[in-house]
Amino acid sequence: MVATPESLPLPAAHEEPRFRTCASTGLKIHLAAQTLIKANAVTAVVFLAIGGLFGLLVALTRWPAVHLLPADWFYLVLTAHGLDVLLLWIIFFEIAILYFASAVLLGSRIAAPRVAWAAYALMLIGGLITNVAVLQGGSTVMFTSYTPMMAAPNFYLGLIIFAVGALVALGVFFGTLVVARDERTYEGSVPLVTFGAITAAIIAVFTLASGAIILIPTYLWSLGLISMPDPLTYKLIWWGMGHSSQQINVSAHVSIWYLIAAVVLGAKPLSEKVSRMAFFLYILFLQLASAHHLMVEPGLSSEWKVFNTSYAMYLAVLGSMIHGMTVPGAIEAAQRANGYDKGLFGWLRHAPWGNPAFAGMFLSLIMFGFIGGISGVVLGTEQINLIMHNTIYVPGHFHGTVVAGTTLAFMAGTWLLLPLIFQREIIWPRIARWQPYIFAIGAGGISLFMMGAGTLGVARRHWDITFADASMSFSYPPAAFLMMGLNGICALFAATGGIMYILTVVATVLWGKRIADGQAVQLASPKARVVTEYGSIEHPKIPGTIILTVIFFVAFVLYYYVNWKYLAEVWPMR
Amino acid sequence: MAIAPPADRMWWRTPVARPEIIWIVVSFLWGLVMFFTMIYWHAYGKQNLSNETYRTTPMKYSAKVDEMVGKFQVRDDNGIPVVRPPAGGDVYMLARTWMWYPHIELVKGQSYKFHFSSLDLQHGFSLQPVNVNLQVHPGYEHVLTFTPDESGEYSVVCNEFCGLGHHLMLGKIYVVEK
Repeated sequence: MVATPESLPLPAAHEEPRFRTCASTGLKIHLAAQTLIKANAVTAVVFLAIGGLFGLLVALTRWPAVHLLPADWFYLVLTAHGLDVLLLWIIFFEIAILYFASAVLLGSRIAAPRVAWAAYALMLIGGLITNVAVLQGGSTVMFTSYTPMMAAPNFYLGLIIFAVGALVALGVFFGTLVVARDERTYEGSVPLVTFGAITAAIIAVFTLASGAIILIPTYLWSLGLISMPDPLTYKLIWWGMGHSSQQINVSAHVSIWYLIAAVVLGAKPLSEKVSRMAFFLYILFLQLASAHHLMVEPGLSSEWKVFNTSYAMYLAVLGSMIHGMTVPGAIEAAQRANGYDKGLFGWLRHAPWGNPAFAGMFLSLIMFGFIGGISGVVLGTEQINLIMHNTIYVPGHFHGTVVAGTTLAFMAGTWLLLPLIFQREIIWPRIARWQPYIFAIGAGGISLFMMGAGTLGVARRHWDITFADASMSFSYPPAAFLMMGLNGICALFAATGGIMYILTVVATVLWGKRIADGQAVQLASPKARVVTEYGSIEHPKIPGTIILTVIFFVAFVLYYYVNWKYLAEVWPMR
Repeated sequence: MAIAPPADRMWWRTPVARPEIIWIVVSFLWGLVMFFTMIYWHAYGKQNLSNETYRTTPMKYSAKVDEMVGKFQVRDDNGIPVVRPPAGGDVYMLARTWMWYPHIELVKGQSYKFHFSSLDLQHGFSLQPVNVNLQVHPGYEHVLTFTPDESGEYSVVCNEFCGLGHHLMLGKIYVVEK
């Protein structure tokens, strides 16, 4: 879908692109791009509200003492939850990020705004069609819709339309890069954040294409036109979308981390080369991520599984581990240069914790690394998967990545987007200030407690772990019930943080005090007196970050081998 | 700044600081360690998943299950047969909406060749409280050898969503001393 310069519709003479200059950042902003960013971001937030509500209902049902919904509603709502947050909230917001990282950061006009609106319309229509199909009740197949289970044809049709719309939006993004280069709107190489966004977009092409490749035959099958796609093949290709698309999220939220650190603290990457290489590793070693979902599947060899989950050396993991040092390292260097240079952690203590953009970003960084990242590698280890596959450990892991990591980072980014793009002052700053913490407690908690319950064997996607209506009796250990209860309580925190976010964002967009075109807002945090103990601006020293990195590494190694120990205790099998 | 083009246009020529290089090397080596740990476990670990799989059909597979039940049934659990196959023999487990069929009795310390397949949808074999989890597909017969090392009553939960009665699906495996 990459648009070539020739195919781009040139603006007619009577509609010269109109720009404004942002007084706070000096960025030149194309008004058409600005409106598109607003539309995609607002739609994303609406789907977050819907999908988040569904998520709360799921967690309250899985809280044994509450057990809110009846079984049929539980499975329906769980299907809708996955669809609305994992696909619609995240991809709509990512499209907003891509337009921002291309048109706004490069100071360019957006290529083909009308095509971008068509893409938006396709995505919205597709999302609505699938939502209606699920809510009508005939498509309770979970978000993964594994064959031979069949949903209503519209379930697949909506997803296909959505994927096509998103591919068109990616075409607009790539077109904008070409326009910016042709019209020389920037000097040298693209900024790091744009580079990260390009990574995300390239991966997105691969994943959305995988989705279309498998969903089109599945759609035809649901219409009765062709025979059923083989369940194993379906899974292999479906997860080419389902899991590889998580690498879009990683690229996008890591870009947001760098963006927020740059805007709030003036941080610059320690090394452009290293940070860009780390992004590039995501593209090169975008694992055949399906393999992570096929570890205990029949019909695939161990060699295939071991190789494809690790590519023999875990180079995509390496990419994330690098960002895990370079992002806090850049923050530390910037804080020290800003004068907060006392001791090992003075830079961290004096970080702008009251600024929700920074607080959300840093919490996202920590939780993505410690919870989502480590658990993902452990879960993706061929043999360890035997004691985790399809237990609630799996949602524990991906709530650590997608909720505590991606969603929290996107929320943090929103606090910058509101003044910069929507030109509104945040209407309730005190609520915004507390929002990242409440949401982080909730998101971190649900991840950890689901992982805990999963370690004790609790099944995911399961309505009743007491088996009250089954003909035989069995009950998970009492500790598992405690974990599921704590998960429910944390879900209440996450929901509270989510509501604080949604209400504040919506109210700000509607009624926030307007920021006039020429008016600057204070985004960067104030600087202290400049005294350098550690290094210099040219050669920053980052002792605090080194200590944090060592703590991370020790936690990673210990947790990895603890799980091998758990594995060694189960029935021998070969 | 990360939101502006790199100040140094030759950014790929600037040297990388020591801590970054060390961390890249450590992370890379750790990736290798994790890769080789999986291979090591294939050679020396006791819990590895077999790759033995055959194509089958629901009809062919249920015929084998019925044959086993006919030969080795010892009692029943509320109408579901409990079979006690000979040690070292084949055990055919069938998954369908919404039951595991039949129930199995094994002897501690003996090895059994387990077969898994589904009659209809995908199901998840989740042996509790041991906590071993396998995916069961229709059309594929997965074969692996289990050696139960502790006696007791074990439950087989379904952990792949298989429709509205998913949470009713509960099978039993009994491990006895002899």
